[in-house]
Amino acid sequence: MSFPILMKPLPLSLKDFNFIAEANKSNAPGGAASSKSVKQPPQKKDGPPVASSVAASERGVDRPVEKERKKDLPPPRMQFDDESRVGKAKRRSLLNQPEARNRVELFRHLPPHKNGSQLPYLESKFFELHEMHPSVYKVGLQYLTGDTSGGNARCIAMLQAFQEAIRDYSTPPEKTLNRDLTSKIGGFVSFLIECRPLSMSMGNAIRFLKSRIARLPLTLSESEAKAALCSDIDRFINEKIVLADKVILRHAATKIRDGDVLLTYGSSCVVEMILLYAHEIGKQFRVVVVDSRPMLEGQKLLRRLVAKGLSCTYTQLNAISYVMHEVTRVFLGASSIFSNGTVYSRVGTAPVAMVAHAFHVPVLVCCEAYKFHERVQLDSICFNELGDPDAVSKVPGRVDVNYLDNLTDKQKENLQLLNLKYDATPSDYISVIVTDYGMIPPTSVPVIVREYRKEYLLI
Amino acid sequence: MPDTQALVNDFISKLKKRKIEGSQATAKQTAELLRSVISQTRVPYTNQAAALIQSVKAVGERLIAANPVELAVGNVVRRVLHIIREEDLSLTTAAMAGLNLSAVSDDEDDADRDNQPVLSAAAIAAASRSTLRPPSLQTLLEDVPDSAAIPHTSSSGGDSEGKSKSADKSSRSRKLKHDVIEAVNELIQDISTCHEQIAEQAVEHIHQNEVILTLGSSRTVLEFLCAAKEKKRSFRVFVSEGAPRYQGHLLAKELVTRGLQTTLITDSAVFAMISRVNMVIVGAHAVMANGGVIAPVGVNMVALAAQKHAVPFVVLAGSHKLCPLYPHHPEVLLNELRSPSELLDFGEFSDCLDFGSGIGAPLLHVVNPTFDYVQPKLVSLFITDTGGHNPSYIGEMYRLFVVSARGEGMNFKSEIMRTNCIAEGNFFGKLEDRKSRFL
Repeated sequence: MSFPILMKPLPLSLKDFNFIAEANKSNAPGGAASSKSVKQPPQKKDGPPVASSVAASERGVDRPVEKERKKDLPPPRMQFDDESRVGKAKRRSLLNQPEARNRVELFRHLPPHKNGSQLPYLESKFFELHEMHPSVYKVGLQYLTGDTSGGNARCIAMLQAFQEAIRDYSTPPEKTLNRDLTSKIGGFVSFLIECRPLSMSMGNAIRFLKSRIARLPLTLSESEAKAALCSDIDRFINEKIVLADKVILRHAATKIRDGDVLLTYGSSCVVEMILLYAHEIGKQFRVVVVDSRPMLEGQKLLRRLVAKGLSCTYTQLNAISYVMHEVTRVFLGASSIFSNGTVYSRVGTAPVAMVAHAFHVPVLVCCEAYKFHERVQLDSICFNELGDPDAVSKVPGRVDVNYLDNLTDKQKENLQLLNLKYDATPSDYISVIVTDYGMIPPTSVPVIVREYRKEYLLI
Repeated sequence: MPDTQALVNDFISKLKKRKIEGSQATAKQTAELLRSVISQTRVPYTNQAAALIQSVKAVGERLIAANPVELAVGNVVRRVLHIIREEDLSLTTAAMAGLNLSAVSDDEDDADRDNQPVLSAAAIAAASRSTLRPPSLQTLLEDVPDSAAIPHTSSSGGDSEGKSKSADKSSRSRKLKHDVIEAVNELIQDISTCHEQIAEQAVEHIHQNEVILTLGSSRTVLEFLCAAKEKKRSFRVFVSEGAPRYQGHLLAKELVTRGLQTTLITDSAVFAMISRVNMVIVGAHAVMANGGVIAPVGVNMVALAAQKHAVPFVVLAGSHKLCPLYPHHPEVLLNELRSPSELLDFGEFSDCLDFGSGIGAPLLHVVNPTFDYVQPKLVSLFITDTGGHNPSYIGEMYRLFVVSARGEGMNFKSEIMRTNCIAEGNFFGKLEDRKSRFL
């Protein structure tokens, strides 16, 4: 039962495992103030390796083989059709869970959408949340209202809020920095999850942060430890996001030739940067921006591109077969890429990639490597995020097409509205993935995850 | 005639302004218009079928030119022309049979025959030869309808028959018009009831606990689903909203009113949901001769997704939607672009429209096509009012409506070719206009 991979030394020592196990156990009774503590490992959506190692260490520390294998398996996510767990989570939650009428059966395992109507309630609770740092609170509100959206933006906002919180943190007496800070971060994360489910990029960043905290040498003083953590966060943002984006720009710009017609879907910050950069270095090309309801994110991208002088064509997703005839390249962004090569991105990316494939147009997905994940997903239903169902039935700005106003109760009972946020694009539609590690085919994603995942844990 | 001219002009202006919604309504109104044109046409004593054909063709060309994208107009015109020829042929063969009999009994009773048309045996033989022989290149090039041969040969028979012949011919001409109008009424009836006939087949295709996906709104699809519901089949429907016209909202409202479990999804979620769908059912705007489908925009995306997930893709089309044309570059030539204001608000984006490049053209173009072309290989089944068919057979379907006798097809093909060329000439002639509208 020895796998070749197990020959590598464990990055975390057994000592660390024991510490973490004890920390979690001791937090259980003492977590009254912050009830959203890290002791609910199976219920966490981001599945840090701490959780799996806790489970492993509880079985006895003389089974390294078991530990390693457990560590590689991502823990199962919280399923919202599990009545007992949902009940527990509800009791502890801060926001009122809206009782969504007419939940689509197929998606009962996903949490219902919390829209901006929770905002006044949350604002009134501000002074009751002693454990919440104001910058984290602010970021949570921004997620709830949709002001901050997009994997990179959300991740950076969250990490910077955590930086602030760490700077203002002081260890209570008779507690160690490691354990207490970890539990505090866990509390912040639970709050953010309630505002809006975590994206994969945020999940990976939180894992990084928790592993950094856990690996702090005990000999450091509090201020040194805090400074080290803040600089680690800065380095993460700089290396994994900012510099990674620059590298992606260089790679992707080599794939744009003069006279190209480039198609992009929705609004991805990386793709926007690529297009502007290519325009700056003087390439002549035209952009087609494809947009879809209900978010209509493409309009913001369109405005920014036209302001910089790129010539653009704008259309909706349904017309994709009409415009694809003249398109030469398709550039897409991603929220995450799974180990089986499936691209998890804004809903509508999959039909764009499919139609491009049918017309033999190459599809390039641009994604930083920190967004890769070791999970696998086959379709868009197992895991997704539900958006506001009312956004589907209401068409803002067009009074003539509001057919679904004034429905009778009998009609409402038969009608369900579904607003998905993400979808999973199969890997056979993707030609190449442009990352900061180079341009790789979709089949190489698990290699990157395996080889370079340990890198940031070792820094 | 001035009465019909006014009607024709009115209809043409409605077609130009795209006031008539839906191919069924267009087909019905076209058929009714042609019926009044036929009834008002003054036919001469000789060769009246040609006169009818001439007048119908003249009106038909103008109608097709008014809205080349609405293929139902051309389909109905062609079917009416076919009706005229068919009725004429059947009348002629009936007359031939009558004349043959009279020729045989000629010797027996000369006295009774004075008031009846007397044709010499030679004339009869010549007439029969001309109608029943296979058409040669000569007749194709001259485009002389076969029925015209008979009066000519009969007129060589003698002047004494003039009066009686004219009496007979006027009764024949009235009979021809009458028959044609009856047949056109049948055609209108068929067009009106195509939904019911298609809906009857719903039970064969929809079973219990099925999940059906549709896009946009089509009355045929609505009737189809409701017919299955009537037969107590329980199934669920996913309706894709069909931006930017949002017809899916209408369909969803109709379906929930009739008690069907409906889920409304956005167009972007079609690929995500299609793995859980058993069947895709859509309506069509027109069906081309190769089995390709002109459908509302977005249906091609659904068809490709259905092919990837091996979900049957069913197209419902009434027989007035079958078109004998082959699609050449259908995304451009058989498409219409609608107003960009459905996608972007002009007020919000007016600042973007100010940026100009060197030639002064704005940097922002907005594209809002109405139709999509679906290739025949993506379609699993066509359901028409005559039953279910394969895409490869659907081109043959058209021949069922317009070809009856053996010799008839050849003549009509020249008619089809001529009408095609006229129709496509209009397409190409207007191509410059279309190009200026695209970008």
